[in-house]
Amino acid sequence: MAVTALSAAESKRLSPRLRKLEDERWLAMALLAPTAILLGLFIAYPFFEGVLLSLSSARVGDPGHFVGLKNFHKIWDDSIFRTTVWNTFWYTGVTTVFKLALGLWLAILLNRHFKGKAIIRAFILLPFIIPTVLSTFAWKWMFDPTFSVINWSLFQLGLITTRINWLGDPDLAMTSIIIINIWRGVPFFAITLLAGLQTISPELHEAAAIDGARPWARFWHVTWPLLMPVTLVVVLFSVIQTFADFQLVYVMTGGGPANATHLFATYAYQLGIGTGLLSEGAAISLAMFPFLFVIVVVQLLYIRRVETR
Amino acid sequence: MAEVSLHKLNKKFDTTHVVKDVDLQIRDKEFMVFVGPSGCGKTTTLRMIAGLEAITTGEIRIDDRVVNEVPPMDRDIAMVFQNYALYPHMSVASNLAFGLKMRKFEKAEIEKRINNAAAILGIESLLQRKPRQLSGGQRQRVALGRAIVRDPKVFLFDEPLSNLDAKLRVQMRVELKKLHERLAVTSVYVTHDQVEAMTLGDRVVVMKDGLVQQVGEPLELYNTPANRFVAGFIGSPAMNFADVTLVENGGKPLAEAEGLRIGLPGELAARARAKAGQKATLGIRPEDIHIATAADAPEYCFEASVEVVEQLGSEILLDMRVGPALMVASVEPTLRVRAHDKLKLALKPERLHLFDAESEAAI
Amino acid sequence: MIEGALWRRWVFYNIPLILFVFVLLFPFYWMIVTTFRPDGELYLPWNAPNYMPFWTNNPTFEHILYLFEETNFARWMFNTMFIALVSTVISLFCGVLAGYALARLNFPYAGGLGTAIFITYLVPQTLLFIPLAEIIRNFQLGDTPWSLILTYPTFLIPFCTWLMMGYFKAIPKELEECARIDGASRWKAMVYIIIPVAVPGILSSGIIAFTLSWNEFIYALVFLSSPDQKTVPVGVTSELIRGDVFFWGPLMAGALLGSIPVAIVYSFFVEHYVAGLTGSVKG
Repeated sequence: MAVTALSAAESKRLSPRLRKLEDERWLAMALLAPTAILLGLFIAYPFFEGVLLSLSSARVGDPGHFVGLKNFHKIWDDSIFRTTVWNTFWYTGVTTVFKLALGLWLAILLNRHFKGKAIIRAFILLPFIIPTVLSTFAWKWMFDPTFSVINWSLFQLGLITTRINWLGDPDLAMTSIIIINIWRGVPFFAITLLAGLQTISPELHEAAAIDGARPWARFWHVTWPLLMPVTLVVVLFSVIQTFADFQLVYVMTGGGPANATHLFATYAYQLGIGTGLLSEGAAISLAMFPFLFVIVVVQLLYIRRVETR
Repeated sequence: MAEVSLHKLNKKFDTTHVVKDVDLQIRDKEFMVFVGPSGCGKTTTLRMIAGLEAITTGEIRIDDRVVNEVPPMDRDIAMVFQNYALYPHMSVASNLAFGLKMRKFEKAEIEKRINNAAAILGIESLLQRKPRQLSGGQRQRVALGRAIVRDPKVFLFDEPLSNLDAKLRVQMRVELKKLHERLAVTSVYVTHDQVEAMTLGDRVVVMKDGLVQQVGEPLELYNTPANRFVAGFIGSPAMNFADVTLVENGGKPLAEAEGLRIGLPGELAARARAKAGQKATLGIRPEDIHIATAADAPEYCFEASVEVVEQLGSEILLDMRVGPALMVASVEPTLRVRAHDKLKLALKPERLHLFDAESEAAI
Repeated sequence: MIEGALWRRWVFYNIPLILFVFVLLFPFYWMIVTTFRPDGELYLPWNAPNYMPFWTNNPTFEHILYLFEETNFARWMFNTMFIALVSTVISLFCGVLAGYALARLNFPYAGGLGTAIFITYLVPQTLLFIPLAEIIRNFQLGDTPWSLILTYPTFLIPFCTWLMMGYFKAIPKELEECARIDGASRWKAMVYIIIPVAVPGILSSGIIAFTLSWNEFIYALVFLSSPDQKTVPVGVTSELIRGDVFFWGPLMAGALLGSIPVAIVYSFFVEHYVAGLTGSVKG
């Protein structure tokens, strides 16, 4: 009797626990379902479709047939594509370095107490908040070869006598879009790095000051190493966005002059949507993926290494 | 020679006046303790000596050199912070070496100093560890070590023991005292704990609301407090205070309150006579009250009703009611006493204190 | 104090700060000035004499009027606002639920799913837009706001999930356990206790999602074609440029007016925006 009574009690104890587990699992599935559906339908599915598309000979209005890696061979031999690859890396590299340096500098300037700090901080984020296309138009107007206000200012200061062809000259065009990208990205870096700076106790800077470290030494030995985890994450996000950038170049130059500012995204658009060569456009888009993948993996590994140091 | 002198030192944050006219001479090799409640200005004063806060008006001299505009790194000082401020990404050895590296010392010299400091503090085995792998007490020692290797003119301590648990604090206090005897460097130490002040200081500065209340050797502050605040701040358990009126009874000055009629001895009587009729505050420490015996003169006795008995083992603290006032007495641990008992107590006349009711200065 | 004397503070801190603020805000000032300048003053070459570009003495509304009369600008504003709001709501809904599930519930593959969601954040829209255009067409959603409302969450949800996970993790477990002891089921505890406490996080996610929706361009460009379906960024780009001729006055007016809704909403939630941005990086 006692034995059966015990096992009955035991089984009662088991069920609720099992029920809870089932409960959690069901609940988790229910909670994650909408996300899974949306992301599956509009990211995973298109991704595979994109892979298939790049392996076919599809055009607009013509589904085409399977051609294997022909498209990839084609774009690899395409000199414009190679220029695009170089452009994208150059664009991403230069802007990231400057965004980091200037953003960090701005964060340090903001990391003090002064009147109006909250308002300035709010205004500083505007370049990042306002839709890129709209602010890029403002820059395009500022850089317009005939009407540029920048040219006007430089002329008034006596620094130039002939106009600077910001958007017509290939090198200058690249410089122009780099400037705008930096302008847009510095606030993001500044605000996130500022938050990172604020986690560093001021006592550490004071101790370093007493230890004899001048401002630059304090930055290099105390601030920079402690900021590293946040810096790496910010750089990771920024690199991905910049590498895949489209809006800025599309509005400013459309990829020209002479393909000097084409990035993966704009060239894919021009080929795929503009000319209708869907499969080749898809191939170019997908070509981003291996590069992005490597960049992300390298950075994630580095982040892990820094965090467990 | 490393003297520190503060001359008419003032500090204002916007309109808040936190340090008011502080004048002080700290002698060479002296261990000077600044003590007082939170917000009294002691930490701000220390930070001005360090160069971490700008001076509003006044002068600070280290070794007869005015250092008002000199940045912290050039004042030849070392500081131990309350939260230790150890560089979390560097090993203990690197933490110790940092200040010397910044001043471009030779590697051999740095090694020597690190090993020396580590030996003094007993942290040789921790040199390769990171701060997060250390206990509170160990971090404390590393913070001390960082100051020692610099061999500065002045040590500055900002409540270094506040973050340690009680037992560790007692231990570290002793070690700090031994350290000071061994190194003999002029030290300025800030704390809110009067026990630390009494045990560590060669001299103690008591501050309140930005003003210096009294400067003197610990025993001086204990025996002859300059005002009511110092009297109540120094000593634990705190001094008992009772509001009294000074009267003359047949040529003898008395302090009178409800339930209390205490005579005043010798010199104190003379000074009290000058204030006859006025209100004052009577002060007597718990340790100076004992159970009345036949040998005690009646004018120094009073009656009290026991409310709470705190048996500490080494002594008994009696929380008693005397008229409307509450007092604490410290008596022998062997006394048999219970709550609600009525006792007759006596106090040591030479240990009586009187303070002016308005100015709070000692009479 | 360790900053040094007053002159140092001005040279090393205040002046650089003023320069930064000037450079960051000047384009917006330029937008404003251009919007209100008459065409006559606008189209003066850069080296013309007596040219004062930074101010106008004859402000005009002609560009703004042109915007509203000659284009569907008002319609574009409505479209963009509608799409942004609905996308934000959908993304918040999914993100809050998913964030809670990943932060609080124990179930197999929890770690894997979290990583999967993070990875989708790293797949940029410019990688997917070509195949996605085909898919949108197959679902017959082309040229409708739904093509965007259903696709915007693909980059909004991962971010919201990520952010909400951080917020949920910061809420002490005791709160939920107390509710459960008081008799609430898991679901009820989540709805009545946890989510209200996570409101700041929800506001942060919401405001960031809102601004990201307004900022999206390539999907809107590719999926929408009729002028009255377009969003503000696409409309301004396609309808205010005829061949090589840029209508700068109306263009800047469009840019300015298009920026205002986002700026206004942002100004009400600045703290939440900043908290969300920094939270996403620390997580």
